[in-house]
Amino acid sequence: MKQLFGRPNGLTDVLQRYCPGCGHGIVHRIIGDLLIKLNIRECTVGIAPVGCSVFADEYFNCDMIQPPHGRGPAVSTGIKRARPDCIVFSYQGDGDLAAIGTAEIVHAAARNENITIVFINNAIFGMTGGQLAPTTLPGMKSTTSVQGRDIKKQGYPIKVCELLAGLDGPYYLVRTAVNTPKNVINTEKALKNAFVNQIENKGFSMVEILSMCPTNWGMTPVQSKKWVDDTMMKYYPLGEYRNRAKEEK
Amino acid sequence: MSEKKLMYGNHAIVEGVIAAGCRFFAGYPITPQNEIPEFMSIRMNEIGGVFIQTESEIAAINMLFGAAAAGKRAMTSSSSPGISLMQEGISYIAGADIPVLVVNVIRGGPGLGNIAPAQSDYYQATKGGGHGDYFTITLAPNSAQELYEFPKLAFELAEKYRNPALILADGLLGQMMEPVEFTYKPIDPDTLSEPSYALSGCKGRDRRVVRSYDLKPGKLEEMNWQRLKKYQKIQETEQRFEATDCEDADLIIIAYGTCARVCDAAIRMARSDGHKVGLLRPITLWPFPNNVLAGMSKTVRNFLVVEMNMGQMIDDVKLATECRSKIHFHGRPGGGVPTPPEIYEKIQAILGGAR
Ligand SMILES: Cc1ncc(C[n+]2csc(CCOP(=O)(O)OP(=O)(O)O)c2C)c(N)n1
Ligand code: SF4
Repeated sequence: MKQLFGRPNGLTDVLQRYCPGCGHGIVHRIIGDLLIKLNIRECTVGIAPVGCSVFADEYFNCDMIQPPHGRGPAVSTGIKRARPDCIVFSYQGDGDLAAIGTAEIVHAAARNENITIVFINNAIFGMTGGQLAPTTLPGMKSTTSVQGRDIKKQGYPIKVCELLAGLDGPYYLVRTAVNTPKNVINTEKALKNAFVNQIENKGFSMVEILSMCPTNWGMTPVQSKKWVDDTMMKYYPLGEYRNRAKEEK
Repeated sequence: MSEKKLMYGNHAIVEGVIAAGCRFFAGYPITPQNEIPEFMSIRMNEIGGVFIQTESEIAAINMLFGAAAAGKRAMTSSSSPGISLMQEGISYIAGADIPVLVVNVIRGGPGLGNIAPAQSDYYQATKGGGHGDYFTITLAPNSAQELYEFPKLAFELAEKYRNPALILADGLLGQMMEPVEFTYKPIDPDTLSEPSYALSGCKGRDRRVVRSYDLKPGKLEEMNWQRLKKYQKIQETEQRFEATDCEDADLIIIAYGTCARVCDAAIRMARSDGHKVGLLRPITLWPFPNNVLAGMSKTVRNFLVVEMNMGQMIDDVKLATECRSKIHFHGRPGGGVPTPPEIYEKIQAILGGAR
């Protein structure tokens, strides 16, 4: 019998410990596929963040490093400059990238560092148990904003694509989601672009992916997929915020 | 004879780093070490190395983590406040057993302090510095010559033991001009072999992972016990020091770096007046030269520790001598630099006045 679907060789043969309905696993699967489809698995170095996906260093079937919380873009820069022939990607959550690691992502983008950033925006700190993230929506409940995010006290969420689009540096900035099959396909396209840009030495590419965290949102997996459509996307519109490849045409 | 050149200490470091085959520098400006990144940017450009002026010292140490994990010799330099910012990164690097070189041109602290020479980061350098159980190999040069030679030594030790290495200097050493003899043939980085841990793409081999964590019960404890063995090995084999006029000494001064230079002048004053005073200069601050001190303390009654701080290395001297001798102290915190007459006065007070 012919096998039509299976684990891509870009992922290791271990059980992933993500919650049911979590977006991390979906994005892992897409990257695992791309490592093979683009034939880059054997020259890739991945960076696992501090967050629920810290275990990405066990899950991706390529060389991996696990640096301090938020410093993925700096570590990526070090690897890429030391070994320009390697493909380097930094996988990060919103606490990792948009709170503690804000300086590193902004400056890597400004330098148009030739790296690929996979940014999982689930509007919450997953690993530490559901605290307010820089991306938590106004009014959204977290364990450190139990009444809902009060913009008078906690300020406004950070829209990372829009923020980085204010810089001349970055080559490719796009926001996608993984809550529906169509959005998953678009995310795969965006991630493919982000890796191909690096292969072609174009520079900094970031894919921001709206992702579900049913556990800390207090929803079922089905409810959380709907919530991404109904609520998250209104605040974080999908689409390309920078695409120099198109501008160059 | 090899070539000799008059150079600033901070420039000597740059030449030493490059001669050691290092082609990766990342750092953020801070006085009194700005001559290092400035000169480095020119030299790396000339030889096709990597120079990155980072957004912060946090970014710098993490770029080093990446470059060194990729198997390349990588270094940064900074001064005290910047080194404080790097501590989380150094802890991760130590926990991942990756060799890097960090140069600290120490300035007066705490806080913003001042930009005068100091040795007040001794504890930070020799007791781990960041969180967790770890040590960093720490070298203390006292001349432009050693600033040129120690980067190579630091990389070799760091790689031999897979551990971060520090070089402690201060503004005085950095800005002092001295002749430097280029004592060894520059290393071609392409001749350095790829380390066993290097992240370079897994073509033709199993994938590699560089990390400092393990959440499996008992595993981290096991890793730390393993690392302790490494530290014990370093302590057994790598203690370095220089002893001057110690054989017949009634009093031995213990000082490193700039302080050792000042004390060297002081013991010459004392000797010319007939006092039997020697100088023990630790070259490795970690591992601290315990063995030689333990031996000396069996016959020498008085030691004088001289530091540009409130008294930090003195703790290690007390431990090494196990309270067999009297340990005196002369310190100048906050950027103060002792003078030879000042130290000679202290010597006279200990030995009971001039003869
Ligand atoms: C310096 C430091 N501060 C805080 C933490 C604790 N911490 C671990 S993960 C995390 C937030 C993770 O949230 P996010 O990046 O959104 O990833 P997620 O878990 O949601 O995927 C925090 C604050 C840490 N490990 N290191
Ligand atoms: S806590 Fe949230 S982000 Fe973390 S694994 Fe569970 S669902 Fe995913």
